[in-house]
Amino acid sequence: MNQTLLDIKELSTRFHTPEGVVRAVDRVTFNIKKGSCLGIVGESGCGKSVTALSIMQLIPSPPGKISNGSIMFENRDLLGLSPNEVRGIRGKEISMIFQEPMTSLNPVYTVGNQIGETYQIHQGLSSKEAREKSIEMLSLVGIPSPQKRVDEYPHQLSGGMRQRVMIAIAMACQPKLLIADEPTTALDVTIQAQILDLMAGLQEKMDMSIMMITHDLGVIAEISDQVVVMYAGQVVEQSSVDELFEYPFHPYTQGLLGSMPKLGDKFLRGKHPLQEISGQVPDLINLPVGCLFASRCPRVEKQCREALPGLTEVSSEHDVRCWLV
Amino acid sequence: MTESEFIQNLHTTAPTWSGIRFLKRMWQFRMGVIGGLFLLSLIIIAVFTAWLAPHNPYTQDVTQSLAPPVWIEGGSSDHLLGTDHLGRDILSRIMYGSRISLVIGFSAVTLQLILGVALGMLAGYYQGWVDSLISFLVDAMLSFPYILLAISLVAVLGASFQNIIIALAISGWTKYARISRIETIKLKEQEFILATHSLAYSSWRIIINHILPNILPTLVVISTVGVARAIISESLLSFLGLGIQPPTPSWGVMLAEGRDFMFMQWWLAAFPGMAIFLAALSINFLGDTLRDLTDPYLRKN
Repeated sequence: MNQTLLDIKELSTRFHTPEGVVRAVDRVTFNIKKGSCLGIVGESGCGKSVTALSIMQLIPSPPGKISNGSIMFENRDLLGLSPNEVRGIRGKEISMIFQEPMTSLNPVYTVGNQIGETYQIHQGLSSKEAREKSIEMLSLVGIPSPQKRVDEYPHQLSGGMRQRVMIAIAMACQPKLLIADEPTTALDVTIQAQILDLMAGLQEKMDMSIMMITHDLGVIAEISDQVVVMYAGQVVEQSSVDELFEYPFHPYTQGLLGSMPKLGDKFLRGKHPLQEISGQVPDLINLPVGCLFASRCPRVEKQCREALPGLTEVSSEHDVRCWLV
Repeated sequence: MTESEFIQNLHTTAPTWSGIRFLKRMWQFRMGVIGGLFLLSLIIIAVFTAWLAPHNPYTQDVTQSLAPPVWIEGGSSDHLLGTDHLGRDILSRIMYGSRISLVIGFSAVTLQLILGVALGMLAGYYQGWVDSLISFLVDAMLSFPYILLAISLVAVLGASFQNIIIALAISGWTKYARISRIETIKLKEQEFILATHSLAYSSWRIIINHILPNILPTLVVISTVGVARAIISESLLSFLGLGIQPPTPSWGVMLAEGRDFMFMQWWLAAFPGMAIFLAALSINFLGDTLRDLTDPYLRKN
């Protein structure tokens, strides 16, 4: 259980645009243990998705480039592998599901064709065997009457169904790591819960690890073991889920938790506005000196504007990037 | 009822295929049905001309020259659409001419498609210098009027059946290249193509199996119109004396020969002209209907 599956050290990804160099991911370090689920939280543009695409090595290049760091996956550095070796890992050992189930499936093929294709390519099965496997996968991800569904086109399925199909495709080759990039964001809340349950169930059944990217702390609380909070391309806090919700240390994490509406709050405390984090994410091209959160931080001090704090351990496996620790 | 059961019920309660539904469907696509039937009969005529044509299209009979169609005074049932200045049967010549028009129309467009789609998809998928090079070529080609390019190519290559096809193919592929390039660029950004990358499919497979089927519907519609255009272009080249050479019966050649008799013996030019018009029109009807049928969203409704 405590073996490390994926170990990312000092990963930096930059985009070279005409306006300047965008530091989308800046010296990000974290690891995922075998069979556990790591959540990555942060607002739009904080580098969550770019981190995921960097692991898959799907960063469009140019303009993007992984400029620094290492991504160790089972003791192999993915950044040192040849494109062919990377393709051997992608889809087979690490696979990914995307945010928009509505556009993640090819509209001209049946569901069965699309699940089956991975079997035909990666495992060399015949089309008949691949079809049987597809039906098996469909029932595994909880789609009723899979024998019938297998011949349907994506537009005949609802969003939740499509996301299940996406999961089926991603799980087809029994990956060791599943990267889920906001898999529930486009779904309504009841379906969200079903999809999360499904993923948690599959994780246990297949003994895989999940890297869950989301901006929804509710999702994190539901499924993750460990959490990484990202802000402006950097890790600002990481710890276990329980500890993060109990003792959030970084002002940004506190802000995120405070900005979550709580059920029944209105009756307990009367009408009061949701706490917000005022201000804007800094420009990733011209990063300010000092802590990147300083301009929005309610507890900002002089030294915050002068130098960037490092990650400091506040308790075992709980790191915070803040001067106030 | 859960969401899935609800959808299941939708399917089981939907009306099943029946004769009435078939007729309804035909009525829904009536223009395409008309176009398709006309094109089909044209193809049958083209294939079986030797048995169907009432006369040999080359046989001259000066005693019968310039006979009017059967419903006009002086016309005979022997020559339903009349005869030309050399006494050749116009109906038979139109029937033989359909062979040339159809073969040239379809083979020119097939070549245009192969060339245009291959180059366009390469440009759109790889972008960078490949795109710059191909786009430059397309722009250069487009700065030349289509028919002028075809005329100069035939003039250089020499007027023959194959050379007309080659000239039309070379001058007409740019449209398909532009469309497949832009559609490829659009699709490349779609998440389902990104998803195929994340599954480590090869570029070749992504282009052929995942992008091409998505742009085919568009290409089908445009290429049917292209067939009509190629038929018209062949007629024009032949009319100008650069295409099929007399005495071979091509619709364009007949039109050119009929020009001198336009005012008194109008049937020499009118009937081949009508053949060109009807062939082009029926193909356009068919193309529109094919578009509706290949659209995955309309397919199930």
